[in-house]
Amino acid sequence: MFVALITQAIRFSAVFLYGSTGETIIEKSGHLNLGIPGIMCFGAVGGCLGANMAYNAGMSNFMTILIAIIFAMLFGGAMGLLYGWFTITLRCNQNVTGLTITTFGAGVFGFWVTLMGEQGVRFYRASRAFTAPMFGEVGSDWFSTMFLSHGTLVYVAIIIAVIAAIVLKKTRTGLSLTAVGENPAAADAAGIKVIKYKYVSCVLGAAISGIGGAFYLLDCTRGSLEPGVIEGMGWLAVALVIFSLWRPGIGIFGSFIFGLLYIAPNYINGVDFATKEILKIIPYAVTVVVLIVISLFNKRETQPPAALGLSYFREDR
Amino acid sequence: MTKIHEPLFHLAKNSNVNPRRKWALRGIVFVISFFVCAIVSVGLTGKGMDYFFKYFFEGLFGSERNAWNLFHETAILLLIALAVTPCFKMKFWNIGGEGQVLMGCLGCAVAINFMGGKVSDAATIIVSIILAIAFSTVWAVIPALFKAKWNTNETLLTLMMNYIAVCLVNFFIKSVATSGTGILVFSNGVVGSIFGNEFVLKIIVVAVLTTLMAIYLKFSKHGYELTVVGESPNTAKYVGIKTKAVIIRTLVLCGVLCGIAGFLLISATNHSINDTSVGGRGFVGVLISWLGQFNPIFMAIMSFLVVFIERGSNALANGGISLGESYPSIMTGIFFFFIIAVEFFVNYKFVFREDLQAKIDLCTAKIKGVFSKKKQVEEIENSNKASDSVSEEIVEEAVEESAVTVEENEEIPSTEDVEEKEGK
Amino acid sequence: MKAIELVGITKTFGSIHANQDVNLDVEKGEILSLLGENGSGKTTLMNMLAGIYFPDAGHIFVDGQEVVIKSPIDAFKYKIGMVHQHFKLVDLFTAADNIILGEKMPPFSIKEQTQEYKIQAANEISALSAELDEKERKKAIGKINNKRNLKTCALPFIKFGKIVAFNHLSRNRAKKIQAIADQYGFEIDLKKKVYELSVSEKQTVEIIKVLYRGADYLILDEPTAVLTPQEIQKLFAVMRKMRENGKSIIIITHKLNEVMEISDRVAVLRKGKFIGVVNTKDTSEKELTEMMVGAKVDLDIHRDLPVNPQPRLVVNNLTVLNKEGHKAIDDVSFVVNGGEILGIAGISGNGQKELLEGIAGLQHVVGGDVIFYNPKENKPVTFFHNDLRQIKQKAANGMFHYPDGSPVDLKGKSAKEITKLVNDEQILYYENEVIDLNKKTPREIQELGIKLSFVPEDRLNMGLVGNMSIVDNMMLRSYRKGKSIFVNRKRPKALADKIIEDLGVVTPSDMTPVRRLSGGNVQKVLVGREISSSPKVLMSAYPVRGLDVNSSYLIYNLLNEQKARNTAVVFVGEDLDVLLALSDRILVLCGGKVSAIVDARKVTKEQIGLLMTKLPDEIERYDYESAKESLETHEPEQTASEEPALDLAEKEDKTND
Repeated sequence: MFVALITQAIRFSAVFLYGSTGETIIEKSGHLNLGIPGIMCFGAVGGCLGANMAYNAGMSNFMTILIAIIFAMLFGGAMGLLYGWFTITLRCNQNVTGLTITTFGAGVFGFWVTLMGEQGVRFYRASRAFTAPMFGEVGSDWFSTMFLSHGTLVYVAIIIAVIAAIVLKKTRTGLSLTAVGENPAAADAAGIKVIKYKYVSCVLGAAISGIGGAFYLLDCTRGSLEPGVIEGMGWLAVALVIFSLWRPGIGIFGSFIFGLLYIAPNYINGVDFATKEILKIIPYAVTVVVLIVISLFNKRETQPPAALGLSYFREDR
Repeated sequence: MTKIHEPLFHLAKNSNVNPRRKWALRGIVFVISFFVCAIVSVGLTGKGMDYFFKYFFEGLFGSERNAWNLFHETAILLLIALAVTPCFKMKFWNIGGEGQVLMGCLGCAVAINFMGGKVSDAATIIVSIILAIAFSTVWAVIPALFKAKWNTNETLLTLMMNYIAVCLVNFFIKSVATSGTGILVFSNGVVGSIFGNEFVLKIIVVAVLTTLMAIYLKFSKHGYELTVVGESPNTAKYVGIKTKAVIIRTLVLCGVLCGIAGFLLISATNHSINDTSVGGRGFVGVLISWLGQFNPIFMAIMSFLVVFIERGSNALANGGISLGESYPSIMTGIFFFFIIAVEFFVNYKFVFREDLQAKIDLCTAKIKGVFSKKKQVEEIENSNKASDSVSEEIVEEAVEESAVTVEENEEIPSTEDVEEKEGK
Repeated sequence: MKAIELVGITKTFGSIHANQDVNLDVEKGEILSLLGENGSGKTTLMNMLAGIYFPDAGHIFVDGQEVVIKSPIDAFKYKIGMVHQHFKLVDLFTAADNIILGEKMPPFSIKEQTQEYKIQAANEISALSAELDEKERKKAIGKINNKRNLKTCALPFIKFGKIVAFNHLSRNRAKKIQAIADQYGFEIDLKKKVYELSVSEKQTVEIIKVLYRGADYLILDEPTAVLTPQEIQKLFAVMRKMRENGKSIIIITHKLNEVMEISDRVAVLRKGKFIGVVNTKDTSEKELTEMMVGAKVDLDIHRDLPVNPQPRLVVNNLTVLNKEGHKAIDDVSFVVNGGEILGIAGISGNGQKELLEGIAGLQHVVGGDVIFYNPKENKPVTFFHNDLRQIKQKAANGMFHYPDGSPVDLKGKSAKEITKLVNDEQILYYENEVIDLNKKTPREIQELGIKLSFVPEDRLNMGLVGNMSIVDNMMLRSYRKGKSIFVNRKRPKALADKIIEDLGVVTPSDMTPVRRLSGGNVQKVLVGREISSSPKVLMSAYPVRGLDVNSSYLIYNLLNEQKARNTAVVFVGEDLDVLLALSDRILVLCGGKVSAIVDARKVTKEQIGLLMTKLPDEIERYDYESAKESLETHEPEQTASEEPALDLAEKEDKTND
């Protein structure tokens, strides 16, 4: 029971991890993208299309996964580009644009599910490439089951988060990106191409989030299409960014906690449905507490990026 | 002169646009977006334009009930947009309208559930109004308190509270009906039809509230104070406005309106509650409030247009070829993209390099000349002969009417800008 | 050799000429001071060199070559680095991170490197001795080629390694920064976060940053404004070292003693125009002051003698902290009388803003008193012997005054005598009307019924709401009146129309948002509103900044009108001609301290200019004789005493009479 719980928690945590890593990259550039749920929906559509295409072409598991990822990233990235164009070039309100993207993305996903209808079962076959354990058949002891029995994309999520953490924390690129999100005017004066950084982070972050949506459909649900769920997970991913204090490294552990809380109600016996609903509050409640606590202590390092939500406009040159 | 190296154009804030032109531009964009929706639909259904228009407008005005529905949906959406407007006007980014209305729904449902059928309907309704308002007010005031006290980021906090509200509603439903589909249906203690029509009440209530809100924002001391707080916190301090009190007071108002919206949704419309009772209207309300420039009248127009697109495409989706429930979301998404993008062209202008600008002026004047009376053409020619530059008035007129975002008349530099530029 | 040359640079913002046909050159290895009053266009000129602004006309030459500087990146390319007055640093980063921010990766192209290896190999092959036979030769060539291929294969890894090595603050890089710091004698902890640094340390970071990016031409925008004297000496030592290393430095400053101390040449700007350049050793402070302020202009501003001036606002030992927690106003004491205009002179940023906002209850006051005297008739009082202690206390608080406003020495007088003096109106006593404004919020001040009007410096940020109509801005102060929940726009509208008509505000209608008006009209709206409440004290900060001549005169007339109705007017100005022509007395601020309070009718422009840049004790050190003669300097002991600020100039007046 416990082993199964942890195993499932790790599996689900990857969805949140993709979403939150992507959103962290976007927020670091000073853009609050509330379109992440929509972008994840979009990525899911792309990923399924890609996986199905590769499966039908009889490609190997590896190629299926690769093509699915590429498609998911393309779809998510396209929405990220749209978001970037609206908020960076057209300087529209970020919240409004993000919410519109969420509406649009969820709509497209729902519409696509309707279109697929009964054919959804096809994705079950394609999804076997994703659920196949990355390390092949491993032992049935608790350690192997919990940590080594997952599909490839779970480990990819962790790798991406680790890379993101290292890039943000240790490299010049991360330094410049953080500077853009903290004080675009100072970054500009130091010779950083602010607009370029913003665009790249918006597109890349959205692409990574897009994989999250595809992963959920192809791995967690084994190819069965259920509308509405990805959107909710997208909001949790946004919450996770705050919970992890804008650090993908903490996000890895945070996503595990979120995954655990998300999946736990299904594994608790002897509790009525109502109490399970209360359990679902915990991730959001914890995030609210984190948000309040960081504002209470007002420590510089744990604050949201200082220019979050503000458009940068060097009016006169 | 080093002019050659200057970029062809750069962007500048455009603070001097004729409001009529702004709205003309928005109107044009709405028509464009509507046709884009039509084209997308035609592409997806594979049928002709006539098919699109037939189902779209039949769904909207095909029957009396459909037409009523259009207005009643507009009313509900407008009410939620109204609720968040004072917050936005105060630059308090409350995107928690969804959760606040849902809490109102919950309050209402709690009252109906425990009182419905046991006491008179009137008593139930009164208690449900009170509870709805109390619940959503609490939900709205929590972020305000933290914002006032510790400057907690209100965007993220209100966003998170939306989902806590969803969970609370689910908790309530599950604890009342231990088995079921997640929908709680009420038969007693709800508002029935008044004037023989179940829609009239809501439309009247919202019409009254819209008027009141317009008056509140424009003519009341509170409305005045919150505008000052939003526009210029320093000036608010300078004239001694208690900013914290204003924030909390405004969010209480927001909560009350959300509570009324929740009550109308549960007691007067759905007669049931589930976790999608609000159905994203909270978020759409935010968009409407922002795109309607926080003006209740414009917001009414905007919410009508949104519902117009949404219900029309809904009818289309349920028409001859089923397109599914989510189809309207795509259409509203497209509509919003267009409306958001137009804000840029309203608020910014392209400042062209001087030589380029001169050419553009000349072209616009000539285009204008082609369409205008002969006399003016002569005038332009005369002035062209007389000097290289075109007579200013004509250019201005031409620009005015050709709906191009190039502003000829020089922007008056605000002293703030000048001082900034001088680096003090 | 000319390092940088500016020819015919012109820049306008709207209708304001920030720079007009300015020519300036800097030589290699020299320190050039750019001198000028506020708003003379020094910073604008330098911003064009640093790529922040683009000139409307003119040419820039670096090392004799004409260049185009469109962005800060271009400026870096031409080795020009600017330390802005408002630092451009990311607070969250360490000092080291800020220094390396935006640095470009040194170019490393795999293609070029491959080509290089090829050439290398070819050279080696051709260098093979001819004595080798065919077989050995082939073997040798094969060896060389193998080596080349191996090296070429390794290139991507080398590149990756270089990126990784570049991408974090390696020991080498830290050493390089440390080397720069050591070379010029900077003391700084590079691992500290910027928000933990003091202002001078932040400046150090900015300078190191510019040096690290390889700048040979440094522009320092008012670097000394934020530093203590010791820190200034350190900075100057650094600048001299840079000069020794062949770097050219342009330093923008107002302070004459610093100019004399540090620079080789001085260029002077006045009102956007280039006045001239002189060698420092051939000039004197006096000459520079004249160049800076120009010949005395007769402005023909009407000025009456103050009628019955009585203390209205008494400021005792006021200390105000600014946002960073430094003392912006340090132990300032003065008296403003009703019916006179007190001018406040000083380089901008020397505490004027904090002083006025501190009085108005908008700033964090940490010490001192602000006492407001409501000008009412003094009523008959009777003092008894056992009140003496209380009387003493009151006297210490400045409640007893001669009719002319100077304080009374009550020592040795009995209660009876005091009573008689007061009732005979020989001395004035304000008991009931004394109100302590200290630590009161603006609202409390308003609710106490004190008519204190304040025209702040940044009009659209504080004082007016840009997006609101003129009518709505009219009621900012008064909307709270009455019990109705609705605002009454009738009277504000009438007031708006009256102001539009009386002051000639150019506006389409009274419903036009204030933001759309031009600077002068915005100011008329604000001043009009502030004087409409018939204030007892009117404080105005730079009320004519950015205004054309006619609007400026209108404002002067309004201030004079207020003076005539016995209002105490505080006028913070930057144009010394105006200050001298308009004010009755002038308080000169320098570094947050009162440099002097002088009689505006007697003092000269040069003297004020000198007082603005130095505290009086420094002036004595420089032995500026003419200044000493007619100046009544403000002595530190007196501010420390319990008495309210003595107004020596005023007293002098009286004795002369």
